[in-house]
Amino acid sequence: MTAVVAEHDDHHDHHDHGPEKGFLRWIFTTNHKDIGTLYLVFALVMFFVGGTMALIIRSELFEPGLQFVDPNFFNSMTTMHALVMVFGAVMPAFVGLANWMIPMMIGAPDMALPRMNNMSFWMLVAGVLLLASTLFMEGGAPASGWTLYPPLVLQTGKAFPFAIFSVHLLGISSIMGAINVIATIFNMRAPGMTLMKMPLFVWTWLITAFLLIAIMPVFAGAVTMLLTDKFFDTSFFDAAGGGDPVLYQHIFWFFGHPEVYVMILPTFGVASTIIPVFARKPLFGYSSMVYATGAIAFLSFIVWAHHMFTVGLPIAGELYFMYATMLIAIPTGVKVFNWTATMWKGSMTFETPMLFSIAFVVLFTMGGFTGLMMSVAPVDFQYHDTYFIVAHFHYTLVPASVFILQAAGYYWLPKWTGNMYNEKIGRLHFWLSAVSVNILFFPQHFLGLAGMPRRIPDYAIQFADWNMVSSIGAFIYGFSQLLFVYVVIDTIRGGTGEKVTDEVWEDASKHSLEWTVPSPAPYHTFTTPPETIPTEHF
Amino acid sequence: MKKTKQLLACLVLMTLGLGTAHADYTLNLVQGVTQLSHELYDLHMLVLWICVFIGIAVFGTMFYSIYHHRKSKGHEAAKFHENTTVEIIWTIIPTLILVAMAIPATKAVIDLDKTQESEMSIKVTGKQWYWDYEYLDNGIHFESHLDEASEKTHRVSSMDPRSVPNYLLNVDKPLVVPTKKKIRFLFTAGDVIHSWWVPDLGWKKDANPGFVNEAWTYVDKPGTYRGQCTELCGRDHGFMPIVVIAMEQEQYDAWVKTTLEKQNQPVDLSDQSRGSLMTKGESVYLRNCVACHQIDGNGISGWFPALRGSAKVTGNMDQLIGFIQAGTSKMPAFRKLPDNELAELITYIRNAPELGNNVGDEIQPNKITPKWDDDE
Repeated sequence: MTAVVAEHDDHHDHHDHGPEKGFLRWIFTTNHKDIGTLYLVFALVMFFVGGTMALIIRSELFEPGLQFVDPNFFNSMTTMHALVMVFGAVMPAFVGLANWMIPMMIGAPDMALPRMNNMSFWMLVAGVLLLASTLFMEGGAPASGWTLYPPLVLQTGKAFPFAIFSVHLLGISSIMGAINVIATIFNMRAPGMTLMKMPLFVWTWLITAFLLIAIMPVFAGAVTMLLTDKFFDTSFFDAAGGGDPVLYQHIFWFFGHPEVYVMILPTFGVASTIIPVFARKPLFGYSSMVYATGAIAFLSFIVWAHHMFTVGLPIAGELYFMYATMLIAIPTGVKVFNWTATMWKGSMTFETPMLFSIAFVVLFTMGGFTGLMMSVAPVDFQYHDTYFIVAHFHYTLVPASVFILQAAGYYWLPKWTGNMYNEKIGRLHFWLSAVSVNILFFPQHFLGLAGMPRRIPDYAIQFADWNMVSSIGAFIYGFSQLLFVYVVIDTIRGGTGEKVTDEVWEDASKHSLEWTVPSPAPYHTFTTPPETIPTEHF
Repeated sequence: MKKTKQLLACLVLMTLGLGTAHADYTLNLVQGVTQLSHELYDLHMLVLWICVFIGIAVFGTMFYSIYHHRKSKGHEAAKFHENTTVEIIWTIIPTLILVAMAIPATKAVIDLDKTQESEMSIKVTGKQWYWDYEYLDNGIHFESHLDEASEKTHRVSSMDPRSVPNYLLNVDKPLVVPTKKKIRFLFTAGDVIHSWWVPDLGWKKDANPGFVNEAWTYVDKPGTYRGQCTELCGRDHGFMPIVVIAMEQEQYDAWVKTTLEKQNQPVDLSDQSRGSLMTKGESVYLRNCVACHQIDGNGISGWFPALRGSAKVTGNMDQLIGFIQAGTSKMPAFRKLPDNELAELITYIRNAPELGNNVGDEIQPNKITPKWDDDE
């Protein structure tokens, strides 16, 4: 107790100190901006690790026949690519944005629980490193798909308990991050920042945080049951002992479906933040955006078995999960219509963040269309576990979550660094990404409909042409992302040399508070609360 | 924008296509050969067209706006930020569209579920990595493995997949069914979850260990229909295809007769030449052993032991027979192999140059005596 008080006093003594000098700053930091940077850099590195795995997959699939990898290693790659991208890249990147932006958007000096913030980051690093270490273990990394279905996952070699412990660490890290977000939003808003004045990014993160707290323990429970089935002779998922392998799927997807919304809701939030600024109009239908996000989050808990239509559900189950899943189209449609209406009669300019955001609306909607198609349970008996679903979820993740994360990077980098990024290279990065991502994923619709199952290392000759096209797209897309790394490093080092204003983007401070502080944002912002609160209803 | 991208993709494809003669790819879902598959195809097209029309409307509006409402054209931003009437309309219209979709979809769900009143039943068991078919009405029972040509080609990188007919979509023993008969399928699995999918029949169904799933079909048209396992089931998940041959009732009856005759024949235990033992032994090896011990007998380090130079393989013959029949905690017991196949297999693995073994002996089928005890 004394220690806490002493440190508290110490903090007051050096009220406006900057960051600590040296390397230890990054280990011990409790500053939301430092931790945000750590998360973002970590996520970017993992994006390339997961991307390399994707390119190994696409290299093997470039031509029929087995050329490069053993089928088991191929299965490890599909498994690890997904786990690294979901838990190592997309989720941490959004946590990084939350750390940087939520306090600045609600006029708070920092996150509510700074030490837990630090701990949650380093647990994430530990979890991902543990996961990556399984690649070098006897028997290889998990090869049962990221869903870790039993009984197959029980055939994993030495890596099995390590993978599960890694999931536990990642889960604890996510829960801590989520608690922090909720505590910050509920307790640290500036006077006058009512809930219905908060930027949409804050709203979507608030809802996402509740999703995380609800689902991560479920996943932890499911994998713990796998652990006891393997090592302690329980039979939760073993029919021979009275269990049921399908029970695992129900538990997993009760986590898994909200989990995909954990990756998409903050995406919606950033898009709703960027589009109004570049349309020079307030966001259309602010409150319906909030309610739609809430509705999508609620629905995400009651649709899980649409991942399991062919598993042998009773007919009532098929019908219920089909109807419930179809309903998601309504709030999602509302969002797409609202973004379109925000652009309508605006005064638009097309800087890189806006380009990525528009591409997001279009391509995410295409992913939404295939989602609607698959919600129709009987036809899903054809689509299920083919390349059609691979195309679907990559459309909702790559040109959606990843595009928007990069849009966020371009949008806020000037605020973070005080420098302007190179617009020409930004646009080049956009066009290369937007074209190649379609060369990469659009043909996968054809492959799936033509009958190519997912997760196979080799395929029949009639699938050869589109696989080759898809692989070419993958390589263009993958290497284009190096441009993003270049832009980020270049901007940190000074960018175009042009000094940016506090507002950076025209009239941005009318939309949100982060544009009222200096650029680059000082180490501590809003040590005194802001006086005026901008809203999207101006 | 989307169109340009598709055009680009097509251009890339065409340039590539010049080198390859295989242009028999399809872009859309197969229509299939059953009433059910047609119903699902129509439903697929209905939803697809709904999506296309919504897409044209939404993206059309957006691109109109992007083109006209831009600052560089001097367009002033309007101030509106909500409109309750519009918002209610674009909530209600999608709801109505969904209801319109749900009606035929509900009917299709019910149709998929109609497994009652079938005229015959086939039990399908998924195993790592082949299918096991059992005709419950006449006792026909066989395993269906990937055909030898595909098996060898995908395991030897110097062989060209394009030279193999129906590469990875062919089996040694196809499932034969009569046309115009309601057939009920029962699905289960022996080890992990598999999924049985023939696109032309219109559905896939998971095969879960310890549980039985049902599905049905009624094939209108005779023909050969191919599919694959669609639930990740381990390293050779991509190599357990399904072939269904539908034939008219008369031909089917003839097939049943000859198959049953063959099945009920006593195993031929007469002596064979060494060459015959070796050739047939290779087939037995490719069906039963290659998935783990690999085509070169090297196994996979950390997973499956090598046969190449293995003392167990090249050592005492009787112990080897007992070992194969009894299995281990990791290797299944191969008691299912009749004595002739076991003799062929043993001669092959002890002497195959591909596996690097050369003991220089052989064993004839009638020399095999059971080395395991049923009571154990």
